[in-house]
Amino acid sequence: MQQSLQNKAANESSNLKLKANSTTASKSKDGWYVALFLGPSLLLLGIFVFYPMLKTFYLSMFLTNNVGKATTFVGFSNYLSLLKNPAYLSSLGATLIYVLAVSALTVIIGLLLAVAANQQLKGIKIFRTLFSSTMGVSVSVAAIFWLFVFNPSVGVLSQLSTALHLPVINWLTDPTFAMIAIIISTVWMNLGFTFLILFGALQAVPTSLYEAADIAGVSKTTQLFKITIPMISPTMFFVLIVTLIEAFKSFGLIDMMTAGGPNNATNLLVYRIYQDAFLNGNFAQASTESIILTVIIAIFTLIQFKLLGKRVNY
Amino acid sequence: MPMAIELQDITKVYDDGDQPVLSHVNMSVNDGEFFVIVGPSGCGKSTLLRMIAGLISISSGKLFINGTQANDLPPKDRKLSMVFQSYALFPFMNVYDNVAFGLKARKMSEKEVKDRVDHALDMVNLTKFAKRKPRALSGGQRQRVALARAIASDAKVCLMDEPLSNLDAQLRARMRLELRDLQKKLGLTVIYVTHDQVEAMTMADRVMVLHDHKVQQLDTPINIYKNPKNEFVAQFFGTPQINLLSANFSNREFKINNSFSLPVRRQFDDGQYTIGIRPNEFNVEVTQKGSNARTREVSYLGDKTVATAEILDGGQIVRLVLNNQVDIAEDNLIKITGAKQFYVFDSKTGEVLFNEREANLNATITAE
Amino acid sequence: MQMTNDRVAPVSAGSRRLKKVGKYLLLIILMFIVVSPFLLGFWTSFLPTAAISKGALWGKLSFDNYVAAVTTTPILRYLFNSLVISLFTMIAQLLFCSMSAYAFVFLRFKYRKFLFYVFLATMMLPFEAEVIPNFMTVRDMGLLDHFAVMIVPFMTTAFGTFMLRQSFMQMPKELKEASDIEGLNHWQFYYKVTLPYAKISMVTLGAYSFLSSWNQYLWPMLTTFSDNFRPVQDGLRQLQSQETFNNWGMIQASAAIVVLPTLIVLFIGQHYFKA
Repeated sequence: MQQSLQNKAANESSNLKLKANSTTASKSKDGWYVALFLGPSLLLLGIFVFYPMLKTFYLSMFLTNNVGKATTFVGFSNYLSLLKNPAYLSSLGATLIYVLAVSALTVIIGLLLAVAANQQLKGIKIFRTLFSSTMGVSVSVAAIFWLFVFNPSVGVLSQLSTALHLPVINWLTDPTFAMIAIIISTVWMNLGFTFLILFGALQAVPTSLYEAADIAGVSKTTQLFKITIPMISPTMFFVLIVTLIEAFKSFGLIDMMTAGGPNNATNLLVYRIYQDAFLNGNFAQASTESIILTVIIAIFTLIQFKLLGKRVNY
Repeated sequence: MPMAIELQDITKVYDDGDQPVLSHVNMSVNDGEFFVIVGPSGCGKSTLLRMIAGLISISSGKLFINGTQANDLPPKDRKLSMVFQSYALFPFMNVYDNVAFGLKARKMSEKEVKDRVDHALDMVNLTKFAKRKPRALSGGQRQRVALARAIASDAKVCLMDEPLSNLDAQLRARMRLELRDLQKKLGLTVIYVTHDQVEAMTMADRVMVLHDHKVQQLDTPINIYKNPKNEFVAQFFGTPQINLLSANFSNREFKINNSFSLPVRRQFDDGQYTIGIRPNEFNVEVTQKGSNARTREVSYLGDKTVATAEILDGGQIVRLVLNNQVDIAEDNLIKITGAKQFYVFDSKTGEVLFNEREANLNATITAE
Repeated sequence: MQMTNDRVAPVSAGSRRLKKVGKYLLLIILMFIVVSPFLLGFWTSFLPTAAISKGALWGKLSFDNYVAAVTTTPILRYLFNSLVISLFTMIAQLLFCSMSAYAFVFLRFKYRKFLFYVFLATMMLPFEAEVIPNFMTVRDMGLLDHFAVMIVPFMTTAFGTFMLRQSFMQMPKELKEASDIEGLNHWQFYYKVTLPYAKISMVTLGAYSFLSSWNQYLWPMLTTFSDNFRPVQDGLRQLQSQETFNNWGMIQASAAIVVLPTLIVLFIGQHYFKA
């Protein structure tokens, strides 16, 4: 999906000329059509995107009561106290670790799958289909699959450890391993989409480059690092940013697998917003956290836009 | 003859630009006429056509269609059809539906739609292909579908925007004839935009030459070829291109260089001029004696020979078209003895000053 | 690591075969990494729970868990709810996104550029950060615990608008001109020409919006409280967290029931798109 979006963005500049010319003589009647065509979307975005954003910002400047009504104006002090709150800072730190690990692993393993699937072998299509299969898995299903894998009593991993006389790891109850467990689960969920996009990029690399390298006697490994990766690096970077943004917004897996625990080790930003707002009733603090999350995501989205813009010239 | 379309002082300025794309265009198209607007890309010819169609608004001037002012008429009320270079076929509709598209949009009865579409497809020999999608057709067939759409609309005026430019050369030549045939059969008034001077010459009743956002000349093809109003028009028509040589006038002759000058009977002010000689209007002899030029590239095209030659002493290059009696090869010395006809242009404005038509004019050869 | 060229000089047949085996081995290992959670889940969904709780991965295979899931849990109702919600969300998104995209491509109006940037800006604002006021809004509208609460806020997206805009801009301008000459107004041109022309992008956006709606988790968790409206993601959450917690066989069967339709659609879709 994003792939096709990129390609379309690349064509955008050439089509801008078109618009300048397509002014029809019947210009005056467009007003009604603008209201008809644009009205519904503008209204919906106004109610469910812009208003809540402003409202969230507004709430972040106040103290709130337990039903979320603003009571006392406090300016930016919610932000200051949040940034001094060790629990929030550790949450932020955990999120950063999670996001970096997830996006790095997703891109590396996704690339490995894509390169492996980009060979001419009998039955390769079956592998390609299976590699993309996690795209069809929703959050709760993934959570159930992995809860079973990590389960301390019936889980496969602990049985494997027992069989091999290794110490049994308490995957979901040990702070470090719980984080590792949700990282593994998230990466697994991301693989299908990442594989498809990177595989598409690999297929777009002209075969003549490899033929020229073969003639020059360049080894396959060198070809991978000197041809394949440089050629698809814009797509890799794009996937990286998309994964990064999605990882910042992770909620479902955490809710089902660890509920933010143990000891808040996996209490990532969105989960904390949910807890503060809907479990603790601290709407002002949750709003402040929301604004910080928005700023982080906006920065990465801007990078993504820049990237899309660059591809126009690419 | 009744006038189908008349333009008075039509000017187009885009909102975001201050330079007019077209300025002060005056023209009138007669009923049943094949009228060609020709010019290089960017001259504003497509803009002009779209103003006639009503797709682009007119900045100033008046447009009359069948005698009534039509500046603000919406396109559908102008009673004209249009054929596009890219055919503008709807890829998701089959041939029949593409042709029926406009008729259905005008809420015509089912039976009349069917009659008209069948007739139109018959006219362009596409009846067999009615159920095909455009992508299953060749370029020429697609263009025929576009023509059928215009025919079916029953509009007496048809606007064509480079309709043959996307076809290969052979097909283009055939379609030129077919198109002209069809136009006569149906009694259509056609306004035809092209950048191809051959199309203009072969198809038009009258030609309007656009360049630099202005009308350069409006006349029959033969008159335009014979009496170009300026350097641009002279260069635009005719292959190979006319030779333009700079010359100095004094003593009743245009002196191109020491070995090459053309005497005239008329008097001009002394000074710099541009002389235009069509490649086929040189008089040439193949002889060492008194030669004043040396051939460079020579290509035999069967019925004629096309060559370039360097005029000795001065080095200006001229293009020559010779009939096959003349036997020359590359690097031959030849003698240009004169020109059957030549034009004199103002070297600054490019306007034609003088069109010397007498065939007995001879170049004075001064080379030893 | 493009295809290996077998013409590469005198390599013996044996070593070539060895190389091939190595490649397949790598592919199979990777495949196992990807599909083992599936396989494990599917496999255990056929095992008796008693066996699973003892840690055994063997036992008598049967459909008992599926029967139990369908008869003792509202899993089918959850599926139905999700289907309704995703379908309506998809239709609404296709309609409203295509309409706003049409406006940005084919209509001239003041502040067109500005409004387009406004649309783009919404792509920077995560829905997750806006749940608090949105929750209050839908509560005030009286939409809580109803299908509408999961449809209305998602009836349009900037992403969909952006994507369809790109697609509409690919249309040759002559199609619009030809339609102008025939006197089509904007609405007619929109549904007679633009939508059929951009069919592939519409299908793509449709699939995308359906899947995103299907995968919603946080929002329905906050806004639905009854099995009549709860979509399948939160239904599974409910099953997993509640009384059935230790009935692993049935949980896996429920997960399988949920994931199989999307997997099938994904595989068919891939086949269709590649062909």
